[in-house]
Amino acid sequence: MTEETLLKVENLSKSFGGVNAVENVSFEVKKGEIVAVIGPNGAGKTTLFNLVTGVIPATSGKITFKGVSIIGKRPYQIASLGMTRTFQNLQVFNNMTVIENVMTGSHIRLKTGILSSGLRLPNVYKEEKEVMQKALQCLEQVGIADLAFERAETLPYGNQRLLEIARAVAAEPSFILLDEPMAGLNPQESRNLVNVLKNMRKQGMTFLFVEHDMETVMSIADKIVVLDYGKKIAEGTPEEISSNPKVIAAYLGEEEAI
Amino acid sequence: MDNNLTKIYNRSLKGPLIFFVVIMLLPFIFQSNNYILSTFIMIGFYSLVTTGLTLLIGYAGQISLGHAAFYGIGAYTSAYFTATLQMPSWIGILVGAIIASLVSLIIGIPVFKLKGHYLALATLGFGVIIFTFFKEWKTITGGLNGFFGIPPLSLFGISFSTDFQFYFLIWIFVFLGIFFARNIVQSRVGRALMSIHGSEIASEAIGININKYKLQIFVLSAVYASIAGSLYAHYVTFINPQLFEMMTSIYFLIMVVIGGIGNIWGGLIGAAIYVFLGELLKDIVPKIIPNASGEFEIVFFGVLLVVILIYMPNGISKAIFHFIKRITSNFKNKPVSAFSKKSTGSDIHD
Repeated sequence: MTEETLLKVENLSKSFGGVNAVENVSFEVKKGEIVAVIGPNGAGKTTLFNLVTGVIPATSGKITFKGVSIIGKRPYQIASLGMTRTFQNLQVFNNMTVIENVMTGSHIRLKTGILSSGLRLPNVYKEEKEVMQKALQCLEQVGIADLAFERAETLPYGNQRLLEIARAVAAEPSFILLDEPMAGLNPQESRNLVNVLKNMRKQGMTFLFVEHDMETVMSIADKIVVLDYGKKIAEGTPEEISSNPKVIAAYLGEEEAI
Repeated sequence: MDNNLTKIYNRSLKGPLIFFVVIMLLPFIFQSNNYILSTFIMIGFYSLVTTGLTLLIGYAGQISLGHAAFYGIGAYTSAYFTATLQMPSWIGILVGAIIASLVSLIIGIPVFKLKGHYLALATLGFGVIIFTFFKEWKTITGGLNGFFGIPPLSLFGISFSTDFQFYFLIWIFVFLGIFFARNIVQSRVGRALMSIHGSEIASEAIGININKYKLQIFVLSAVYASIAGSLYAHYVTFINPQLFEMMTSIYFLIMVVIGGIGNIWGGLIGAAIYVFLGELLKDIVPKIIPNASGEFEIVFFGVLLVVILIYMPNGISKAIFHFIKRITSNFKNKPVSAFSKKSTGSDIHD
């Protein structure tokens, strides 16, 4: 594992009118790490994700990915730098089969344009073969290759989450953002997903994820960033975070009190 | 794992070839029946437009209520270049397509910042503007009096002056158009288009430049409409602005929806149903309501659109393909089980 910095967020702020959804947040993600962002509801976690992936523009601050500033870049441009994501509220392409979803994920790896596809030039067939093979591999990686030819919308919730991950992986990114990957999964599905993520990390993938499920966070995160009311209140290893009084007051304490 | 592409995409040529042969044999049966031939020729023009529109509406999920404008741009450009400037037909078709693509590009850039109803309204407004151009730019279009004396189409030294000749020409164009569109749908570009329909935010997150694809497919559909318009102008030899007004755009949309969005043959099927039903209505309605005006068509297709949207949101083509599948599997003596695995055959993209 190298110590190369993949993502660097510096003094990032976002305000919606008078509300500071994210305020002066700074942190780094190194290559090969799994970093978790936690915090109570409304702490600005999803906003942070949307800022990093370019879905919404930042009010101020810097974001660099692989040494390149990605402030002001469109989401598709950021994706082509090697950063893909999944969504808290699933965004599976319901109008396609499972494998087509994943093949769509390989978009930036392919070249076929509108004319070469319309005329079905010889290289298109080769490319299609390869992308299908690649998609099947990605599905195998998350364990739903047997569902490849089902309609995506017919999949149960947990499998749709895995499908989103397979689709994100198909772009061969170096960095994946997961927005509440465990939400709505039963304990068995969660454990399965944790294993999938751990395996991917072994192959050199870097993750940033937002999660409420503390068991998951503690078991797979190398580093945890804690947000509360848009501000970073702590950062550290799972052990450090679980004993941090500020965090317990803001987040864990409330959970335990229930 | 089986990595045969045919498990995802139906690239079989058997069905289309049979259909093509049937279409190509029809005129020999009805050689002397100009009514049948001209009906099929009209279906051909509409099919070409609706196939392009199916890519835009059915696959990319972007609506257009202004495609009659591109149909008209093709028609008037061909008319002007061949009748007024005395140039060969192919130049008119080509220049028409170029103008249509430039206009669609210029319109598309601002218009695709909009979504849903707003996009529909913007394209509707665009159609009205172009209609006004056709009406008022009298030195070129002849205004409301129309454009007379468009010469018959002549390509590769052959003059297509009879219905019998024209029939083959238009249907070859239709089949080429459908194959081009089908190839697009079954590729990276088609998946990108469908992903925009599925979820724009997810589509961008995997690196798809959605504005670029919306624009590209809008331009392509404009070119389809323009070529159809050029051929149409040569066929009827007289055009006027009313042929390209708003209602025509709406009828195009109705054809696409009736035929079935999300199926590349839907445009053709919708166009055929529209033309046949229209002809049937012209026969039947005056017998029931003797003093009915031409407006009954609008009422009828409006109602049909609503019924289709409620009961067959995927259009008639889907039902037809299921039916064909059932018949062919009966022929092969395979038992058809209602509980057979649903996703393997019927959801393949034709």
